[in-house]
Amino acid sequence: MATSTDSAPRRITAPVPSAAHAPIDETEGSGKYRARRIGGRVVLYAVATFFSLFAALPFAWMVLTVFKADSDLYRANNNPFIYNDPPTLANLDLLWNETNYRTFILNTFIVAMLVVLITVIIVVPAAYSLTRLAGRWGESLGILIFLVYLVPPTLLFIPLTGVVADLGLQNSRWSMVLVYPTFTIPFCTWLLMGFFKSVPWDIEEQAMIDGYTRLGAIWRTVLPVSVPGILTVVIFSFMLTMHEFVYALAFVQSSGNKTVSVGVFTELIRGDVYFWQALMAAAALVAFPVALLYNYFLDRFIAGFTLGAVKG
Amino acid sequence: MAVVETRKLSKRFSDEVMAVDAIDLRSTDGEFLVLLGPSGCGKTTLLRMIGGLEPPTSGEILIGDRLVNHLPPRARQIAMVFQSYALYPHMTVYNNIAFPLKAQKVDKAALKLKVDWAALILGIDGLLDRKPRQLSGGQRQRVALARALVREPNVFLLDEPLSNLDAQRRASARDELQQFQRDIGTTTIYVTHDQIEAMGMGDRIVVIEQGRIRQIGTPREIYEEPADTYVATFVGSPPMNLIPDGGDLVGFRPESFFPLDDDGRSSGDDLVRFTLTDAREEYLGSEKLVYGEVNGVKAVARMATNAPLSVRDGGSAPFGVHKQDLRIFDRESGLRRQLARAAQVEPAPVSGAPGR
Repeated sequence: MATSTDSAPRRITAPVPSAAHAPIDETEGSGKYRARRIGGRVVLYAVATFFSLFAALPFAWMVLTVFKADSDLYRANNNPFIYNDPPTLANLDLLWNETNYRTFILNTFIVAMLVVLITVIIVVPAAYSLTRLAGRWGESLGILIFLVYLVPPTLLFIPLTGVVADLGLQNSRWSMVLVYPTFTIPFCTWLLMGFFKSVPWDIEEQAMIDGYTRLGAIWRTVLPVSVPGILTVVIFSFMLTMHEFVYALAFVQSSGNKTVSVGVFTELIRGDVYFWQALMAAAALVAFPVALLYNYFLDRFIAGFTLGAVKG
Repeated sequence: MAVVETRKLSKRFSDEVMAVDAIDLRSTDGEFLVLLGPSGCGKTTLLRMIGGLEPPTSGEILIGDRLVNHLPPRARQIAMVFQSYALYPHMTVYNNIAFPLKAQKVDKAALKLKVDWAALILGIDGLLDRKPRQLSGGQRQRVALARALVREPNVFLLDEPLSNLDAQRRASARDELQQFQRDIGTTTIYVTHDQIEAMGMGDRIVVIEQGRIRQIGTPREIYEEPADTYVATFVGSPPMNLIPDGGDLVGFRPESFFPLDDDGRSSGDDLVRFTLTDAREEYLGSEKLVYGEVNGVKAVARMATNAPLSVRDGGSAPFGVHKQDLRIFDRESGLRRQLARAAQVEPAPVSGAPGR
């Protein structure tokens, strides 16, 4: 953009004595453009590299620390970026065999799966009816529902503790299955509404004319077209559930029912002793699969957010 | 085959807006009926109500003399082609066409026969494995028609099916669509805002404005005997000239408005003379338009490019209209004089001139 506006006046005002000069002028110009293009690329890659390193550093630090021996980690005048003592697997052994880490992962997985299921079952009809059936109030209602998501759990866990206790779910995984949808559903309803706004609704009406009931039309046309949106909902509610901390800490006490986020924190910080390498290992083992999954669906996430942002 | 009828059909969207206002309409069997009107006039709403996609506020809809108000779209035995074609993007062309048959639980062998038959009629038998996004606009339109066809519906409802095609393709699609409708002989209701489509394809045209019917008639009746000034100016391009004369408006088509020789040789008893002032010419290739003013009101004449005309830009020239080409309208109501008088004696035979 800048290059063309800069050079355009010059080429117009430049005296052109004969047609033969024109090609020379062109080559000169294109060489200049080329230099600018390369310069632009260099800056682009430099910035991208910087931010990639910035984002990757915590992960690298995490992995580096996992294999360090205590003697290496705690000596202040060691170079922290290399292994001064030989790397060890003892920390992984501690995490895997001497804590309930495997149970934590299983619990997280069970809770997350159930929450995802509940979320999808509720969010799809909710978002559909808000976009399609509620008329002009739907939009405002959707935003109101989203506002619920913004109430912090640190505020809500007190009244919710009462609810959990009344239902007799204290110290049970079911308490989380019950409570987590309170934040996944508002967020995902709003997210899916954005997707639903981009559905060409003609196809639903066409299906109804072609001989299907409304539910049949939704099942055969609207849902297949909305698969990216529903996938986004699945992954998002899964991740929101995985990194939840406050409710898990408040509702579950016994080690066998804890999720990763709380279990690791309570079992690997004993008094004032931090088992840093095992903590890092615990974080890395769950972070990497999720990061890879997230990366795989990145384009769809962006689509989901911009749809919601532009129209919502 | 079936007759579509609406009785005092109305749709009110909010307190102020009457989208469709007490429309009485009755097609004949196998007719190509065009609903013509500007955008926002209610023609699509009317079509959607007939299709069952929009519940009417009041009035009745009959298909094949059966009241269908309370039937869902799927039970009305209709097929509809949307402006967007509404092809199912996740299905192949074959499955798109087979979709209505699957709803009817047609067995697999019969289903394949029918899909192949419809695809053959519309010349898309080579495209059955493609997805809609791999098709051109014209091909999509044919897929949509094939899908409508396999249902063997009582009525076709078409909502501006040609508006997404480019101008060249549209002309040939118009011809094909009309031929297709003649061949299968299914009653068709066709919505458009394009008067060329309406004139060229319709057996009858229903001119709608602000939710009301202005006139129902054959293309010839609509063009030559407009029921009111709205129809007179909406249909025809350029529109009918309307020159005020006392309490009347004198209307005549631009092609009936021709230049007179300076010596007045072509004058006669049946000729009404006007003076066109401030004239200016527009050359359009096969024809030319002469714009100007008559009695201070804008008027247009249309003539062959080689028509003798000696007028300078901004000059004046004598023009004339044959008496039989004049249409007189009431200036207040805009209604056609003769028709209004006829309507007092007996209901107008061809027009649906609203009795107001």
